[in-house]
Amino acid sequence: MALLEDFSVGLFFWQLILFILLLFVLRKFAWKPILGAVEEREKSIEDSLASAEKARAEMERLQSNNERILAEARAERDTILKEAREIKDKMINDAKSEAGAQAEKIIANAKEQIQNEKMAAVTDLKNQVAEMSIEIAEMVLRRELDDKAKQGVLVKDQLDNFKLN
Amino acid sequence: MQIKRFGFLAFLLAFSFSWAANASNQHGDEHGHHEEQGEKSIKEQIAEVKEHHLKDSHSFHLWGDHASGTSVEFPLPVILWDEGELHFFMSSAFHHSENQTVESKGSYFRLYHSKIYKTDAEGTIHYDEEHHATNAKPIDFSITKTVFSTILVGLLLLWLFGSVAKKYRKDLVPRGIAKFMEPLVILVRDDIAKPNIGEKDYKRFMPYLLTVFFFIWMANMIGQTPLGINITGNIAVTLGLALITFFITQFSGRKDYWAHIFWMPGVPYVMRLVLMPIEILGMFVKPFSLMIRLYANILAGHVVIMSIIGLIFIFGAWGAKGAFFGLTFFLSIIELLVAFLQAYIFTMLSALYFGSAVEVHDEHH
Repeated sequence: MALLEDFSVGLFFWQLILFILLLFVLRKFAWKPILGAVEEREKSIEDSLASAEKARAEMERLQSNNERILAEARAERDTILKEAREIKDKMINDAKSEAGAQAEKIIANAKEQIQNEKMAAVTDLKNQVAEMSIEIAEMVLRRELDDKAKQGVLVKDQLDNFKLN
Repeated sequence: MQIKRFGFLAFLLAFSFSWAANASNQHGDEHGHHEEQGEKSIKEQIAEVKEHHLKDSHSFHLWGDHASGTSVEFPLPVILWDEGELHFFMSSAFHHSENQTVESKGSYFRLYHSKIYKTDAEGTIHYDEEHHATNAKPIDFSITKTVFSTILVGLLLLWLFGSVAKKYRKDLVPRGIAKFMEPLVILVRDDIAKPNIGEKDYKRFMPYLLTVFFFIWMANMIGQTPLGINITGNIAVTLGLALITFFITQFSGRKDYWAHIFWMPGVPYVMRLVLMPIEILGMFVKPFSLMIRLYANILAGHVVIMSIIGLIFIFGAWGAKGAFFGLTFFLSIIELLVAFLQAYIFTMLSALYFGSAVEVHDEHH
């Protein structure tokens, strides 16, 4: 058989030795550093992508946070404005009602005073009337001595005239 | 995905075998006119060149002229082991004496039809009835042309990937030559190792897969140069490679692998007995097919290319010469593809075998 005849033991021997030698040398000086570098790079790319994704998510989160804060601020502003308006209204209302009350109080005071004054005036008047009555009575008493009938008429007229209102 | 890949493989196998068949035809033809003396016709010259090229040689022939019989070549060291003695001399020594013998430590050796025989001082060759030499042959450990070329390929790979590795030392970004080689390394890793062996185990097979891929590819490619080197077309070379694949497979075989060979789980007991010898045979057939496929493909490619180059010289008409030149050109391009494909297939199948060895079946069949 030509195939077996052509088979060279020496070539086989050298091929095995050389190939195994090549395998070990390449493994140490080529494949390990190359595969290591490729893997390291792939890992770093993966990491970078992951961290970029993370940064993006963080950014999104921050943005939504900002929006939330903004919305909150807006809501707060609105409530503050509303409160201020309410306070203002309340203050006006309070002022109004207080002023009303004050006015009523003043009016009541005035009325009371007027009443008092009036009572004082009445009292004064009564006193004057009493004095006048006494004077009249004096005069009457003086005249009674003259005319008894006239005396009665006079008292009656006087009393009618001093009718209290 | 898997089916597609197997379809592709089947196509490649069919392709491979058609080439191998082609090669044996060519081989049959050339045995017809093998004559060693007298005026040689151009056909005989071509056949001789062809045969000479396909066989290993003890010197590195660069170019020569048949008419004047001159050739430019450089000698290579001859190392012989004979009856417990080591003989060492340069191959140029064969041309120094009249009868082309070399005397070393009291023994005479003669180079005859690119093989070294032990002879007497006159260099007599004894023949059997079929005109084959019957002289004793020493074991030939010479640094032949193929061994020399293998060293060359090894050095080339070392230089190439050594400088690629150096590029990564400075920066993880591939630069220069690394930019070109990295996709190929990734190809072996991501398309050959990972899918066939599995994410968990692929790493420890990577050095072998990468080495065998680039070695075969480079050896195939250097065989396409006009230097006339034929490394992977030697069955001794492919046997060496296939044997390493075989041993790595067996040594990394897990329990499941051996169970599938000797006692196939999930089939009836009778079938297990039938399957056992088939599986055991399969253990050896797999690397055997690796050996034959690579050898036959590369040898066939060389035979075809050289034959049609020969046809350029045989045909007188310029049209025919041009046509065969075109054909040679076309087939050379196909050969470049084959050089890559064969490296790919060898590596792919090796990875497949490693994968079957380390596979762990957790499901029940």
